[in-house]
Parts: sequence; C-alpha cells; structure tokens
Amino acid sequence: MVSYLLRRLPQAALTMLVMSVVVFVGVFAIGNPVDILISPQATATERDNAIRALGLDLPIWQQYWSFLVNLFQGDVGRSFVFNVSALHLIMERLPATLELALASTLLGLVIGMPFGLYAGLAPNSRVSTSIMAGSILGFSLPSFWVGIVMIMLFSVHLGWLPSGGRGDTVYWLGARWSFLTTDGLAHMAMPVLNLALFQISMVIRLTRAGVREVILSDYVKFARAKGLTETRIILVHVLKNILIPVITVVGLNLGTVIAFAVVTETIFSWPGMGKLIIDSINVLDRPVIVAYLMLMVLMFVVINLLVDLAYMVLDPRVRLESR
Amino acid sequence: MATSVHSPKPEIRKRGEQTPFRRFVSDFIVSRLAVLGLFVLGLVVLIAIFAPLLAPQNPYDLAQLDILDGMLQPGTVGGGGYPYWLGTDEQGRDMLSAIFFGLRISLFVGLGSAILAFVIGATLGLTAAYFGGKVDAAIMRWVDLQLSFPAILVALLILSLLGRGVLNVMLALVIVEWAYYARTARAAALVERGREYIEAAQCLALPTSRIVYRHLLPNCLPPLIVIGTMQVASAIALEATLSFLGLGVPVTEPSLGLLISNGYQFMLSGNYWVSFYPGVALLVTIVAINLVGDQLRDVLNPRLKT
Repeated sequence: MVSYLLRRLPQAALTMLVMSVVVFVGVFAIGNPVDILISPQATATERDNAIRALGLDLPIWQQYWSFLVNLFQGDVGRSFVFNVSALHLIMERLPATLELALASTLLGLVIGMPFGLYAGLAPNSRVSTSIMAGSILGFSLPSFWVGIVMIMLFSVHLGWLPSGGRGDTVYWLGARWSFLTTDGLAHMAMPVLNLALFQISMVIRLTRAGVREVILSDYVKFARAKGLTETRIILVHVLKNILIPVITVVGLNLGTVIAFAVVTETIFSWPGMGKLIIDSINVLDRPVIVAYLMLMVLMFVVINLLVDLAYMVLDPRVRLESR
Repeated sequence: MATSVHSPKPEIRKRGEQTPFRRFVSDFIVSRLAVLGLFVLGLVVLIAIFAPLLAPQNPYDLAQLDILDGMLQPGTVGGGGYPYWLGTDEQGRDMLSAIFFGLRISLFVGLGSAILAFVIGATLGLTAAYFGGKVDAAIMRWVDLQLSFPAILVALLILSLLGRGVLNVMLALVIVEWAYYARTARAAALVERGREYIEAAQCLALPTSRIVYRHLLPNCLPPLIVIGTMQVASAIALEATLSFLGLGVPVTEPSLGLLISNGYQFMLSGNYWVSFYPGVALLVTIVAINLVGDQLRDVLNPRLKT
C-alpha cells in the first residue's frame, strides 16, 4: 500500500506541474499582462519601472519559476478587482459552493435510490420505462436551460421561490450557511434541484443496474426460499449490497458537481466560487482565474488518487498487478 | 424493448436480397421513436442549411430590424407586415429567424468539432491499439488523465485562457472530446487486431497505414459512429452552456446558447419568449440526436443480438 502510494504520488505531482505550465503559459504568456496591470495613461518610464517591479523583464523560465515558488506558498497574487489575496477570495466563497454541492448530492441519493429501486425491481412496468426515459432526459438536457425554465415557472409565474441569491445565512463553524434558515432553504431549493438533476439520473441508473444484478444472486434466491418477507429481502439483502457502490460513485462524483456548480451558480446568482470565476473571466481578473484553476486541478488530482487507492483496497487484482 | 420483436428471423434469407445496408435500415426503423428522431433531425439540419431562405427576416441585418417592434409577444404582426410567430427581442429581432440562424452556428460548431475529434481520436486510438507497448501506454495514460477531469472544467480552462470565439470553442470541444473516441477506437481495434484478416493483410506485407485505415478502421466504425452521434449532442449542449456563461461564441455569431443567455435578462420581467423558444429548439435538436444515437447503439451493437 505504501509503495503503491509512493509510486502514485510523483505521478500526481507531475500532473500538477504540467497543469501549472499550461495555466502559466495560458494566463501569462498568451495575453500580455502589462496591458492589464499597467494603466494605459502611464508614461514610458513608469511602464518600464512597473515591468521591472512585476518581474516581467525576466526571461520566461525565470518568471515561471517565481510563479511556481509563489504557488507553493499559496500565493497566486491579489485580485485586481477586490484587491485581496485571490486564494482568500476563493476560500471565502467555498462554503457556498460546498453547501450547494453536498445538498444536491444528498438530494440525488434521496430521490434517485427509490426510483432506481423500483425500476430495478419491476423493469418491464410502464412506470419503470418512464423513470428510465426521465433519467435519459436528466442526462441530455442542458442543465442551464432547465434552471431557466424553473425560474420562469416557480419565480416569475407562480412566485413561490426566490430567483437568486443565498437568502438569510447563519454563522456556524467559521462560515455562513443558508441551510439553517427557512429563507435560506427557500433560496437553496431551485439551485440544489437543478444541480441534482444529473445526479438523480445517475443514481437511478446505478441503483437499477445494481438491483437487477443482485436480485439474481444466490443469496437473494436463498432468502426467498427461506420465506423472508419481500420488504426484508429488499431492505436488507438488496439495498445493503448496492448501497456501497452507489455511494462510492456518487461521492467520487462530488468533484464534477463542484465544477458544474459554475453553471448553476451563474443562473441563480449563487455567490459561490463558480460565479466568482465566471465574473473574474469576464473582467480578466487573472490571479483569481489562476487560483481557481489550480485549486480545481489539485482537487481532481487528490480525488483521482483517492479513487486509485479505493480500488486498490477493494479490488485485489489491482493490488497484485502493482507488485 | 422493440428490438426483441425483431430478433433474427429463423427462416433462411435468400442471398443477394439482404444487403448490410438494407438490414441496417430494417433494424433501425423498428423503433418508431428513433424514426421520429431522425425525421426531426433531418428537418433541423435542413432548416439550418436553408436558414437564409426560410427565415422571414435576416436577424443580423440592422436595416431589416425595427426598434418599434421590440419585445413583441409571440404571434404579433409587426411593422414588416408579417407576424412574429415567436415574438421579438428588445431590438425588434424576429426570434424565429434568430433561432434559424442560431441553429446554423450550434450545428456547425457541434458537428465540426465532433468530426475533428473523431479524426484525431480514432487515429490515436487505432495507433495505440495497433502498435501497443509504449505508444499505447503513452496515449492511453493521457486519455485517462484527461477523462478524469470533467468536460466543463477542461473547456473552462481552455476558454478562460484563449477567450471567446467560434474557433476557440471548437478547439475546446475537440480537446474535450477526442479522448472518448480514442478510448472507443482502441477498445474496438484491440478486438479486431487479433482477427485473421489483419493477419492475412500483414502476411501480404501491406503498408501499415493501409492496414490501419483500410482494414482496421472500417471494422471499428460501428462503435465509433454510436459514440460520435452521442458526442455531437453533448458538443452542442456544452457549446450552449459555455455560450450561456459568456465564454462561448462571440455576440456577432449567436448560437442557440447565446440567444438563451441574451433572453435570460428579460425573463424576470415576464418576457419569457426571448429565452424560452431558443431553448426549445436546442432541446428538440439534442433529444432528436440522442434518440437516433440510442437506436444506432441497439442496432450496431453485436452483443445485443443473439
């Protein structure tokens, strides 16, 4: 296990390094930072001084080196717009995004599992066919359009739910949360459902596939032969066995949900880091863009490492291969 | 579902009557839904191609726009003397015409990037499978790495670096999608590589490129076509999403996603049509492609046939 981890860690570090080159080249080499950082009214001398102060006169590899060193120290520069540390700015918005992502994952499980269970137990019924057709729609509909239709229906037409923002928040565990107030919950309802659509569809498919596999197994047949009630068979023998893979996949999908929150946050003006990055891209606030991209890459590298480790623990074949 | 009705007929077919293409067509039309999808898709493509002829006005010729006709309800007859079936936006632009022109850009970006990704992905996938060893390891390691990041993040990365633009969006979509084709092509080619006809071709000392493109590729096509269909739909959806976020196509070339985005600001004041109908057009297109793709998968997948 340790040797496997030791071999995977350099790979993860290499991925991070490659991505840092991509981001550096993209942000600092393609666009000219001088045009953005220095006022166009500046005189030639002022410009030269500023270029020297920013280190932009150095050869590109030296610039990259100082970028890398700063990156390791968690310093990606100050936001041009807010004039605070870019990383700090993102961390400040992180709770809002996490709240949205976790709530929608939970909703995905709560709604998806019963539907998937039903579709797996009665695969040929008309209801199951509609459930599966619905899950295909959940996969293929662009979620931003569904969000717009939701706002149109529930905010504009019916006036039941607010169309954007976080509502009242409560300070708890060092951050502000919406889910602790009724107003906050009302503001959360639509974004969470919107973000959860994909996960509901995914959980339905996973659960259905799992149920159909487990239902044919010997231990379920044996439980039936013993004369156990169908409820007990479903709850104990079937559900318990499909729970682990479903929750694993859903948990590992959390990163994708956080990345996809960009869309949901933009529609519902949810002040999370997804909305921050889109706003930053629109005003070319480069330090924030860099901080966000590097943070997301780091998150996915860590998630992938966890996935590999999980497979190694769960699947002996991977362990043997890595010897 | 319906395919089970059409399990291989027991009677012996006369040779010559059944060409592979005819068999494919008769398998395909089993699903009415898929035929409907194909019909709708054909209609959408025709509208996109002939948009300048079909549209009541050229939505981007400012001389044809009348600002007095701004924000008209669907069905209102405007200053031009013809009804705006789907209403107008704030500049008096006929939404129906805007949707026709938007379809062109959406389909062009979706199809163009899918075809490019197909060519690159299939070539690399076949190369990986045919040569194996280090080439295979290098290509597939990169594919795995890329597929471990969600498409939206990769696209976000590329577009935040390059800025918006039709070609930039297509580049982002190609970079996102080629990996899917590569993986599919490799999986199919690994199976085919061991077959006798490849061995025979190798015995004839045919050039490698000929073996890969003329012998290996045609036999790997069915799964690639299925993936390709689905990828066109997801490319169109992703382009729309990116354009909605303001990262996609420029305002001078509005796709359906950008039309939805433009209309979004008017929705809260109740002017739903500017955003809603482009969305319906997008939805119809994506669902039609997926219906066709779903049936293609059933027809072309040999595992589902007994």
